[in-house]
Amino acid sequence: MNKIGLIIRREYLTRVKKRSFIIMTILGPLLIAAIYAVPIYLSTASFEQKSVLVLDETNMFFDTFKTTDNYKFQHIFIPLDSAKATFVRNHDDALIYIPKTQNMVPEQAVIFSEKQVSMGLKSFVTERMKKEVETLKLQAKGIDRTLMESIKTKIVVEAVRLNPKGEEEGSYPEIRLGMAFGMGFLIYLFVFMFSSQVMRGVIEEKSSRIVEVIISSVRPFQLMAGKIIGVALVGLTQFLLWVVLTAIIVGSVQFALGQDISSIAEQSVVSAGSSDDMQKVIESMQKSDTMVYVMESVNSINFTEILLAFIFYFLGGYLLYASLFAAVGSAVDSEADSQQFLLPLTVPLIIALVSLSSLVENPDGQVAFWLSMIPFTSPVIMLARIPFGVPWWEVALSVTLLVLGVIGAIWIAAKIYRTGILMYGKKINYKELWKWLRY
Amino acid sequence: MLNIENVVKQYANHRALDSVSMRIKKGSVFGLLGPNGAGKTTLIRIINQITAPDSGSISLDGKLLQPSDISRIGYLPEERGLYKKMKVGEQSLYLAMLKGLTRKVAEKRLHEWFIHLDITGWWDKKVEELSKGMQQKVQFVTTVVHNPDLLIFDEPFSGFDPINTEILKKEILSLRDRGATIVFSTHNMGSVEEICDDIALINNSKVILHGNVSEIKNSYRNNKFALRLENSDKPLSQIIPAGCEILEPNGVDVGETLVKLSSGFSPNLLLQNLMNHATVLGFREVLPSMNDIFIQRVNETNQKI
Repeated sequence: MNKIGLIIRREYLTRVKKRSFIIMTILGPLLIAAIYAVPIYLSTASFEQKSVLVLDETNMFFDTFKTTDNYKFQHIFIPLDSAKATFVRNHDDALIYIPKTQNMVPEQAVIFSEKQVSMGLKSFVTERMKKEVETLKLQAKGIDRTLMESIKTKIVVEAVRLNPKGEEEGSYPEIRLGMAFGMGFLIYLFVFMFSSQVMRGVIEEKSSRIVEVIISSVRPFQLMAGKIIGVALVGLTQFLLWVVLTAIIVGSVQFALGQDISSIAEQSVVSAGSSDDMQKVIESMQKSDTMVYVMESVNSINFTEILLAFIFYFLGGYLLYASLFAAVGSAVDSEADSQQFLLPLTVPLIIALVSLSSLVENPDGQVAFWLSMIPFTSPVIMLARIPFGVPWWEVALSVTLLVLGVIGAIWIAAKIYRTGILMYGKKINYKELWKWLRY
Repeated sequence: MLNIENVVKQYANHRALDSVSMRIKKGSVFGLLGPNGAGKTTLIRIINQITAPDSGSISLDGKLLQPSDISRIGYLPEERGLYKKMKVGEQSLYLAMLKGLTRKVAEKRLHEWFIHLDITGWWDKKVEELSKGMQQKVQFVTTVVHNPDLLIFDEPFSGFDPINTEILKKEILSLRDRGATIVFSTHNMGSVEEICDDIALINNSKVILHGNVSEIKNSYRNNKFALRLENSDKPLSQIIPAGCEILEPNGVDVGETLVKLSSGFSPNLLLQNLMNHATVLGFREVLPSMNDIFIQRVNETNQKI
């Protein structure tokens, strides 16, 4: 077998078989899925009914606190002290105390609870009381509540892009923003993570002194290239596994959710008679509206284009950084010594990451343009711009510059590497590195 | 077998090898000697094509060294190690295949070697579970598994315990008997004397001594003799002829006396004198050890500079 092939194979297999790789591969998609699923779960999950005592000295909220699915309200009319005693004796979940006020406009309440008062109950009480008091105030001024409701207005603004042919395309800025952030961050993470792995691998070989045995069989460049390619394949494997696993999980969640919505809608239509049910129907209609919107925006994104761009810019950025990281690894004796050389390499990556948030506001601006041309920042920035649409010549220029940057980085790295790996116990500075470049 | 002609290697601020030439005969054990920093490792790296010489040439069996010759060389560097997290067998296979063996051949030969050295139980162990001596055995196997014609050992015995040193010496000599050429690089003279046929001594980037071990020793003979006497009727100082000098009353071994003859004085004459006055149990010439020659030569050349 070809020697470079052997090296790639070893680098790939030893990493893929590691426990940390397997954990990361499974954990990644679960994390992404959790971001989707947890809010949905929380909103749909039915909770255990909580028993709540209500001591209302104003006697204004008897109708406000009626037993619901979540709370079982029990009104009591005794002094606060004995109410507290009852609460403790009965092991109720909470006690709401609304003190008497002078001007008959209650503005405060206290919730007693053994455990931490849940946010749900607090906001429930606040909302209900607020609505009740508002209604009272409206009545006092002679305004009908229904009139008030009819004045409330909801405005829907739809963003539409006109493509060069004058056809309409949904713009969906929210989802593009999310994609831009996600992609930019993901590529930063991948480039940084796997470049560091290359560096650690080089340091491992150097400090365990196996490197001289190996380069008596293969050329130093072959060893470096084999390591970089092997780790790149690990990165791609992880990414593709993430894409596939995330797609499966998100797909099944969407499917389950879709079922849910249609069943709610059906039920509501069937039993639509009372005004209460009417309300539910409208709510679920709105809910499915947002669902449709999200799905439409997701569909509006060209996933193949983004996937290809991701793979290209990941490989480009990775090759650029990994070869320089490998050079750093070869020059130092331990990871601790690598800091002084890593700093100037990581600064552009961090600049790219930090400027992401302002760039997505103005993806076609000057700064965004230049940062997406410089090879050190273009992988992160260009990938963040692509969901917004980038002129093809900019992409072509950025790609060309990145390829040139990669070639330059590999050339420099190879020169430092072949000298560095055989150099032990010597403190290396930039002057020394410069000398190696000219050997 | 290996011909090194006028090899020069210049680093930024020092010359590591200055017009170094030597010949290494096929099937011999060759000692590459010199103090630390003399240039031994640089020369070995050039032979292994890890670095290239600035000028000069190296030929193997009469042909200039080619990149493909790497598979004919087995190299155990002074700075040696293994991947700690990898299993012994897997790692040995990997290194053997990097030397150009196919997986099948590599597996077969490794198993033979593992049985031979009685280390078959280590195949599935991780390297970090092995002791240092055990690791060195594995390294030895990976150095020789591809049946190289030329074997280069850089300080092979450093860090080996006496038992493993013996095993290693025996294995190396049996490789030579099977036709391999061995190059030892070391500053430890003791190990060299017993097993090397030829040596080259490098100091300050130059070869200062080169040739057959016994010839070199003979050329450095200095008329020293060790005597073992019994029943002498007079003190030794009165027996020995004028011009001779007692160096150490208790010479090389216990009961031996080291005597230096003045030049031109025949050892037979000394022996006759001795026989008249005592029973001679032992009488032998003492050649300078390689260690003495080494120190002498190094000091001589250092003084010149």
